[in-house]
Amino acid sequence: MSEVLLDFNNVTMQFGGVTALNEVSLQIKQGEILGLIGPNGAGKTTCFNVMTGVYAPTLGTVSFEGKNLAKLKRFEITKVGIARTFQNIRLFSEMTALENVMVGADARKKASVGGAILRTSRQRHEEKESRERSMELLQFMGISDRAETAARNLPYGYQRRLEIARALATEPKLLCLDEPAAGFNPAEKEELNELILKIREQGYTVLLIEHDMNVVMKVSDRVAVLDFGQKIADGLPADVRNNPAVIAAYLGVEDNAS
Amino acid sequence: MPDWLIIRTFWELTVTGLALGSIYALVALGYTLVYGVLRLINFAHSEIFMVGTFGALLASSQFLSIPLLEDGNYPYRTGMTLIIFLVFIMLIAMLFSGIGAVVLERVAYRPLRGNGDAFGAVVLAFLTAFIVSLVFVDQAKINVIIALLATTPISYAYLRFFKQGRKAPRLAFLISAIGASTAISEAVGVWSKHGRDQYQTPRLLEKKTLFTMFGTDVRIDYAIVIVGALLMMIALTLFVNKTRLGRGVRAVAQDAETSRILGVNVDLIIIVTFALGGVMAGGAAMLFTLVYDQTRFNIGFILGVKSFTAAVLGGIGNLKGALLGGLLLGLVENYGSAIFGGQWKDVIAFVVLLVVLMFRPTGLLGESLGKARV
Amino acid sequence: MSLVLNFWLRVTSLFSGFGEQFRAMNKWQRYSAYGLGVVALYLLPYWPDVPVLGQIVNTPGSQFETVLNDQVVIFVLIALGLNVVVGIAGLLDLGYVGFYAVGAYVTAILTSAHGNLPWLLALPIAVVISMLFGVILGTPTLRLRGDYLAIVTLGFGEIIRLTAKNMDWLGASRGISNIKKPPSMFGLKFGVLDAKPYFYLGLTMVFIVIFILHRLEYSRVGRAWVAIREDEDAAELMGVNTFKFKLWAFTIGAGIGGLAGVHYAGKVGFINPDNFPLQLSILFLAAVVLGGSGNMYGAILGGILVAYMPERLRNFSDKRILVFGIVLVLMMVFRPEGILPKRVGNEHKKRRAKSQEGEVAS
Repeated sequence: MSEVLLDFNNVTMQFGGVTALNEVSLQIKQGEILGLIGPNGAGKTTCFNVMTGVYAPTLGTVSFEGKNLAKLKRFEITKVGIARTFQNIRLFSEMTALENVMVGADARKKASVGGAILRTSRQRHEEKESRERSMELLQFMGISDRAETAARNLPYGYQRRLEIARALATEPKLLCLDEPAAGFNPAEKEELNELILKIREQGYTVLLIEHDMNVVMKVSDRVAVLDFGQKIADGLPADVRNNPAVIAAYLGVEDNAS
Repeated sequence: MPDWLIIRTFWELTVTGLALGSIYALVALGYTLVYGVLRLINFAHSEIFMVGTFGALLASSQFLSIPLLEDGNYPYRTGMTLIIFLVFIMLIAMLFSGIGAVVLERVAYRPLRGNGDAFGAVVLAFLTAFIVSLVFVDQAKINVIIALLATTPISYAYLRFFKQGRKAPRLAFLISAIGASTAISEAVGVWSKHGRDQYQTPRLLEKKTLFTMFGTDVRIDYAIVIVGALLMMIALTLFVNKTRLGRGVRAVAQDAETSRILGVNVDLIIIVTFALGGVMAGGAAMLFTLVYDQTRFNIGFILGVKSFTAAVLGGIGNLKGALLGGLLLGLVENYGSAIFGGQWKDVIAFVVLLVVLMFRPTGLLGESLGKARV
Repeated sequence: MSLVLNFWLRVTSLFSGFGEQFRAMNKWQRYSAYGLGVVALYLLPYWPDVPVLGQIVNTPGSQFETVLNDQVVIFVLIALGLNVVVGIAGLLDLGYVGFYAVGAYVTAILTSAHGNLPWLLALPIAVVISMLFGVILGTPTLRLRGDYLAIVTLGFGEIIRLTAKNMDWLGASRGISNIKKPPSMFGLKFGVLDAKPYFYLGLTMVFIVIFILHRLEYSRVGRAWVAIREDEDAAELMGVNTFKFKLWAFTIGAGIGGLAGVHYAGKVGFINPDNFPLQLSILFLAAVVLGGSGNMYGAILGGILVAYMPERLRNFSDKRILVFGIVLVLMMVFRPEGILPKRVGNEHKKRRAKSQEGEVAS
């Protein structure tokens, strides 16, 4: 439980004159579910983007299992073992649900053009493996009944879950979920909570960015709070909930609003 | 070649390069404006330029009834007459190109954005009927008319009722642009008086040396082109920066959705953008005929490609970039063809583009009107 | 209004309805249907001799089998190759004629101008060199996004043509003549007058290309291409090495374009730079988009239409380019996805997953 998987060390991220992240240090430990919360524009998604290689940090380092991520290309970061979903769903809309997941599964495969043309035994084996694994994941997420439907024709809830299935297919060590409950009703959120716990049981480490406090507080082992690009709290959900700085920055606002 | 001759050639090449570059720059503005607002390569802009040259030809030879030769001499005009004639020809060329650009937008692009209007639908319905009658009906007049009458209302209704609100994918816009470009150029090639042959335009201006600089004679037509292009660009910059419509153009270029919410009439702004680009191309067209005294149905293609190259070179979506890119391309082409030979001119232009894009993927000055893409 | 809709649905269901029936057949029925189709295609040169059918298909003013080979087969090959680049991987290539020219020129150089190799040996070399050109062009440019790529490839096509035109070593504007013809094989003699052997050869090339592309499309490679077309950033974040697969798409497309060039050069025996104008790139693109960008069979259909229709309907041959221009615009307005739109998923999987209602292509 205590081994550090991802180490965010004094990361600063600037866009022109705007500082989106200011010396944020954060550690994600093997096997935990870490909730990352904060008001809108606090830098949560930027955190995510730095982690998955979309942006290179201005200052500081991000390392995964002791390996610095700065030099890696985006697709290599996936291969190291970080997978993500997108806040605004970004599926491959002209592909079926199954094919979407298979793209993820392909990340771990080797066969390329030569293999595909000659249909080598390795290629056929990999193909079978990809398909079976992807089907399993669709079943795991409870959406296998629409495996052959184009992603763009899937209902919203299916699309959200398909994103998670696709990320899981890349066999990550760390799964980053960017607001997976956005647009869900309470019943669906409840289902999602169970799903996230089930994912962790399978041995994945989960980073959860969420707006919805109920989801975060229920499933997270630990919660970190960002505000204006700075980390203002980090601890057990119960402690964070009672932290005055957090209440001022986030919970208070949320309470007033609801 | 002795040294002094090279130097002399250098300045001569600079003057002609700047003149050619000015024309590239004016046409490049049209690409850049439309790209800035719609993120679309208006591939058919080259044909808008071509239409402008034919506008200039009509203005001088038909409206002003100037023959190609008067008593075996060029029909030179002087003084006020010349100025009035040139201004008139330029206005007609601008009118042709401006209208051409606006019609193009409403027929080939606007329906793809899902908010086509009746005008576009009528033209498209008529084109559909034309194709049907051409391909499937023999050439007897009565059958053609029947086919037109039968097809036009059906496709009109279809466009008005089933295609509203459906936005086509990005690639579709470009394909439509390529189609429109081909169609406009071929339409002139098929139906104009001399078809695919070259047209001479009357030479009103006696191409004398205006002054001598660095031992090089600067011809008056080159001077007019460079000065005229600069004036037009200044006027455009003032329009975009100082007027209400110009502000609209910049707002839509920044963020079309937000502009719409804030009450900007986006469709109007798009029409204005196309019209501006068209007017600039029309001016360029007139200046082109002034220097080269000729035009042809396919004259736009290579010039359009070059101008687009210029726009990309400077940073597409960026007005200053169009100017810089145009002038630079004109110069580089001229110097390059002096060194390697004129037949390599086009190759040099493309190689320069390739090299610039390798090191600066968004051009020399970057995409300023447009946002950087994620 | 509903009348129009009804009519339209009927027209489109003509295509899909046929597909449904086809899929409902069992394995042996399907294989024999395929077999019959293939035989019918190889017999195409004799179609004009069939009583009623002949009247419909024959081309007035030009020899039917020459049209089949010089136009249809070439365009189908090229549409197949360009479809990989534009339709499947979503990379807009406006200079595809360049690869076609490279294939033809390499054949010409090796068999006539600067070498004496037999055509059959020049074929693989020309295809490989075309692919190399794909790599050379692709490596610096594939980092650029859509529109920039379009203009750069367009420039590339022009550079190839102008280089051929201006270099004496490449025959300059005279071109290169006496290109060797394919050797006699399987009792076929490749002469000057009879186009039929060339057609059989070309058709065989088409089948081989379809076979290869089919295998690629339904593999990890094909999925990567489609993912890149749909959302390049998302694809990269899901572990797809986007640059590598884009380069592969470009290279494979270049190779097929080159193959078409080899076939063309072997048939006509004489090439010059005017055979490869930029406008041809636009006709190629028209073929792919018209038939159905992203669907291999759509691209084939498009290639056939663009090549065959002007020959069949001679009454608008001088307006051929004009008609294509207008048709491209109309196509984008009425049916942007082409005559045969791309399908999502593949058919045998669909049959297996019949349990749920499909809502594809809505």
